Amino acid sequence: MTKLLPAAAIDVPAAGASDRQSGGRRQLVIDRLTVEYRSRRGALKAIDDLTLDIAEGQFVAVLGPSGCGKSTLLKIVSGLLKPSAGTVFLDDKPVTRPRPDVGIVFQQPTLLPWKTILGNVLVPIRALRQPEADHRDKAMELLRLVGLEAFAGHYPHELSGGMQQRTGIARALIHQPRLLLMDEPFAALDAMTRERMSIELQAIWMETRKAVLFITHSIQEAVFLADKIVVLSERPAHVIEVLDVDLPRPRAGDVVSNPRFAAMCAHLRDFFQIGSAK
Amino acid sequence: MRWFGLAQATSPAVVEFLKDYGARTFTFVAVLLAWDQTVRWGLVSQNLVPLPWAVAKALWYGYVGGTLWPHFFETASETLLGFLLGSAVAAVMGAAVAEFRTLDRFIYPYVVALQSMPKVALAPLLIVWCGFGLLSKVVLVALICFFPMFVNVVAGLRSARPELIDLYTAFSAGRWQVFLDVKLPSALPSIFGGLQISLVLALLGAVVGEFVASQTGLGSLIQAASLNFDVPVMFACMVTLAVMGAAASLFMRALQHRLLFWNGHADEDPAKNNPAG
Repeated sequence: MTKLLPAAAIDVPAAGASDRQSGGRRQLVIDRLTVEYRSRRGALKAIDDLTLDIAEGQFVAVLGPSGCGKSTLLKIVSGLLKPSAGTVFLDDKPVTRPRPDVGIVFQQPTLLPWKTILGNVLVPIRALRQPEADHRDKAMELLRLVGLEAFAGHYPHELSGGMQQRTGIARALIHQPRLLLMDEPFAALDAMTRERMSIELQAIWMETRKAVLFITHSIQEAVFLADKIVVLSERPAHVIEVLDVDLPRPRAGDVVSNPRFAAMCAHLRDFFQIGSAK
Repeated sequence: MRWFGLAQATSPAVVEFLKDYGARTFTFVAVLLAWDQTVRWGLVSQNLVPLPWAVAKALWYGYVGGTLWPHFFETASETLLGFLLGSAVAAVMGAAVAEFRTLDRFIYPYVVALQSMPKVALAPLLIVWCGFGLLSKVVLVALICFFPMFVNVVAGLRSARPELIDLYTAFSAGRWQVFLDVKLPSALPSIFGGLQISLVLALLGAVVGEFVASQTGLGSLIQAASLNFDVPVMFACMVTLAVMGAAASLFMRALQHRLLFWNGHADEDPAKNNPAG
């Protein structure tokens, strides 16, 4: 396999240039993180010395092959799992246990089928044992943001997969988290819906300006959505590339035909092949 | 022509309804007729199979005359009390085993092993322990109801999606809240499956218990009638038991339908049947 486009030949910022663009305060810092599982076949390293950071309001996509420990990373950032070594800092404070100021969007919508769409958006409030009534307006506002205000009283089974996933996004935003974690949120959707959801997510993000950690294995999705792309290796996961995406926003569906978009995709794809041949 | 006009005037739903019930009634009448004619023509002796008319008469005397009611109530209360007791104990123990890993290790293997034992074999022993009255039957029914319910409660509570539990945990929700908000509703379909099975088995347990030793109850009446070759009364008892079982089953299904309104759609693909995504 020959390299079609050597990295040096295209205008791609080098690794480590990430802070230059965003300039903001670092909101999430993952510092030399290592995770080891003890299984019957001995110790299994899922994450190996992984370091990355997200600036305030920055959209960071984590790109990696399937089963490289991306979901493990997410569990650690949300405090559901303890790392074997290294630390995660959120707003300069180490994450040691589950934190309510993180919003999570899962691969599957995972809504409660016995609750209405509005009730589902309010689930974090319930779990935090705060009065639901106080947050009803906020929930309706979020449903408006994701285009589902007309469906507040519907049940999840009455909605399409894309609408359910949008409900999941509204749910993740209800308690005004500092950081939004998204674990391949569009992976279970069909290609058409997926494309539309990317555009909608960008609109939602531009309105809320939350820091986002977006896990995906779609190169196009990552380039379309992110300010910064972090490429992970196969298990045990570590960072093998950091790429700044400086395409202007809002990016429309036709950004795909932008030569710089194509060049970045090609660069990432190429990088992947080197990574897996290692 | 009139009939045609009627069919056209009524909505398709009503036509469907009439078709369904018409078909059911047809089967019922056809079986009764076939039964009646078979016995009337002497293909089967009336001493072995009574005429439908004779069964109707036995039912009439039994329920209007009042002799069947005490037996009916005895069997019904044994079934219901045993069912409630067994299901309640199973629900509590199932929840405990599903929630606590240690209990699971100590108890679950034995429950599974005991499950395959035919519980009715315990009936004579229970008579010795609890006497000839209501109690021995209630305990037997409870024992029979326990196992399917227990297994379904455990399986149901464990079927809750781990992401949802993670979500609640991430928001620092307590174990009890996760149980009530996520695990219990997730388990309901499975719990209702267990209740359906238990209910059918409960009636069986009550009748078998009465066969072994009892003074009242439909089971004991069947046995007494058997000794007297009173076949119509035996049939009347069986019809009663069939109606009781069917009624209980229908009630449970209606309750499930009401409580689990979301579950009927569980296997539909949400992407397919829907407005713009």
